[in-house]
Amino acid sequence: MVAYKLSEHEVDQVFQALADSTRRDIFSRTIESGCSISTLASQYDMSFAAVQKHVTVLERAELVTKTRRGREQIVSGCVPTLLKVTALLGAFEQLWRHRASGIEKILNEEGEGS
Amino acid sequence: MTVISVMTSPEELTLTIVAEFEAGADQVWQVWEDPRKLERWWGPPTFPATFSRHDFVVDGESRYHMTGPNGETPHGWWRIIAIDKPRRLEFAHGLADDSGEPVSGVPPMPSLVTFDAIDNGTRMTTVTNFTSAEQMELMLAMGMKDGMREAIGQIDEVLS
Repeated sequence: MVAYKLSEHEVDQVFQALADSTRRDIFSRTIESGCSISTLASQYDMSFAAVQKHVTVLERAELVTKTRRGREQIVSGCVPTLLKVTALLGAFEQLWRHRASGIEKILNEEGEGS
Repeated sequence: MTVISVMTSPEELTLTIVAEFEAGADQVWQVWEDPRKLERWWGPPTFPATFSRHDFVVDGESRYHMTGPNGETPHGWWRIIAIDKPRRLEFAHGLADDSGEPVSGVPPMPSLVTFDAIDNGTRMTTVTNFTSAEQMELMLAMGMKDGMREAIGQIDEVLS
């Protein structure tokens, strides 16, 4: 059993949410500071409804949260989810560092033997 | 230092590792082609790998298992997608069941390895694309020491 708590389903949702370039862009913008959906919509060549749909996908993956401010909905990027994905990638990085040092050891032994 | 750069892209879900070795490309290629060499470095710490099959040709497949410290034997497989010896290797890596055969319904994970000549050796670049949670599970289950899993769990606790 793995000890981390991001469930398989959650990881899938994060993957799917970030598989789209507009959503990646929305996520990057809203990590820096909250944006209203209308502000986001003005940044892309697509309808308000289309942007709203992207935000919903991000929200389902817990990559953004929505809060109401007056008549507007403010979208804010959720750093913890990004950090979790980053942590998972970090674990794979450790594995590859281990592999590279294993390869180096084999090559060094061969070098000594020749 | 062997590993000279690591690029992780959480947004693209890719991991790129660049390592340099003081050996010719032919020699570095052999650590992938020769199963006896491959099994000396493929497994994570305390999980040595054993390759029972390694058809190192296009469309060729590999079967391997690892032996963990508590006697567990996770299985995996490869299928070679493209080979340009000794410059480029592309393969898919997937999860296998206890009989060693690929688990159906779990998409394999594509990896691309390139070998470039540099002044005093070879630069090896490995790009891994993560495509699904199952594949991450596979790698974590097969590829991680308990300590590493705990570390990830701790990060999660700090964040929650």
